[in-house]
Amino acid sequence: MAKPAPYRERQELMDADRLSRTLSRMAHEILERHPDLRGTVLVGVRTRGVPLARRLAARMKEASGFEPPVGALDITLYRDDLTTVGPQPVLKGTDIPTSIDGKTVVLVDDVLFTGRTVRAALDELIDFGRPARIELAVLVDRGHRELPIHADYAGKTLTTTREEVVQVRLEEEDGDDRVVLLERGAAPRPRTSARKRRPQR
Amino acid sequence: MTPAAYPHRHLLGIEPLEPSHITAVLDTAEALREVLDRPIKKVPALRGKTVVNLFYEASTRTRASFEIAEKVLSADSLSIATSTSSVQKGETLLDTAKNLEAMNPDMIVLRHAASGAPHFLARHCRSAIVNAGDGAHEHPTQALLDALTLRQKKGRLEGLRVAIVGDVLHSRVARSNVWLLTKMGAEVILCAPPTLLPPGIEALAPVTYRIEEAVEGADAIMMLRIQQERMTGGYFPTVREYHARFGLTEERVRRAKRDVLILHPGPMNRGVEIASEVADGPYSVILDQVTNGVAVRMAVLYLLLGGSEAVA
Repeated sequence: MAKPAPYRERQELMDADRLSRTLSRMAHEILERHPDLRGTVLVGVRTRGVPLARRLAARMKEASGFEPPVGALDITLYRDDLTTVGPQPVLKGTDIPTSIDGKTVVLVDDVLFTGRTVRAALDELIDFGRPARIELAVLVDRGHRELPIHADYAGKTLTTTREEVVQVRLEEEDGDDRVVLLERGAAPRPRTSARKRRPQR
Repeated sequence: MTPAAYPHRHLLGIEPLEPSHITAVLDTAEALREVLDRPIKKVPALRGKTVVNLFYEASTRTRASFEIAEKVLSADSLSIATSTSSVQKGETLLDTAKNLEAMNPDMIVLRHAASGAPHFLARHCRSAIVNAGDGAHEHPTQALLDALTLRQKKGRLEGLRVAIVGDVLHSRVARSNVWLLTKMGAEVILCAPPTLLPPGIEALAPVTYRIEEAVEGADAIMMLRIQQERMTGGYFPTVREYHARFGLTEERVRRAKRDVLILHPGPMNRGVEIASEVADGPYSVILDQVTNGVAVRMAVLYLLLGGSEAVA
């Protein structure tokens, strides 16, 4: 479906093992703050926030014996750039399996960047009820916020340039588990300007 | 950038669509249906978009469901019933549309008695045009909601045997459904008295004059309304005789598959094309159709007005 992006891999940020350990640590951090999971709901932001939320829930069950419910949020209908993004984004639908009234909702996403996705997710969640609180868990926080939003749980925080892309690849969606840093310019022939800007090695 | 799932600016009919476009509308409708079950049934997707519903013919379901779909997606909408508008003073369709367009709507939803009226508007207006029924030509959103209902209940469209029974001659619903179902790989059989079949219809789907033959082994039966308001001559002797020969009775339903679905686009003439006990029976999905109508119209609005300017 997706055609090869004009990006090339610059650095591996996490391999499968590291990703797995990071998720375990995040699951324990959430448990530490909310030892009684009965009032907690994990809500993943589509696409990759959903498998991440499921994995966190599974690990929380291992550690506490109780698996919090997991929901999925498709924020497309709440995007602030819906009428300018190009062709209509494909809708996959929202599925919140339980009432969120009075609960602690932990919003889960793969990468925190401008914060605009989280803004849309907050607006959508509030249309489903009045949670006691909403927290944010992300696998990677890469900076460059355009809104006053921060992560309560971050698997990894790193400094990036705006041009770079942090790609989270998950078994469920992409066939393997890893996090990579991509940069523009996978052209078959390296452009001279690109070479000048960033000399090899 | 990935190509648009629905790459058209208008929805004028089913005939020009590719199967993948139909699937895109149905998948989008499926994703949007959940919004109707929320405590707050409103999403901001089409904030700031204006939709004009221009109805030159009577309509309950279609107009109401377009209006609900528009409101749920936060579009601003207004509905113009021509019986209370300047159309009564003799204004032409194009003049009415041009004047409405001067108010900058993003979309016009048109129901008109003349076949091709929405196509005509699409050539002369900047707005996106949605056909909400044009004469005896097409009623694309009805066919899409019928397909959504079938797909939900049967899990697929391909390979289904579908009987379409009734006033095919006057039915835009029949035409849109024949096109949609055959494009998606279903097997369609049409059934009507010879007087209620348009010439040349056999080119689109096989035809029978016996309802028993049409419903034999059917996965779904779509009943069409006898459109008495459009009938200018004697198409059949009496309503009772029509019911005796072509009405869908429980006895006839038994010839179909055990899990047959009965669809009707409404409004029903109980005791004419459909017996009351069938209309209210367990295999009837007539009210599911109405709910799906809202979801399908939301999908059409989203696909035509969401995203930036689609290609023609």
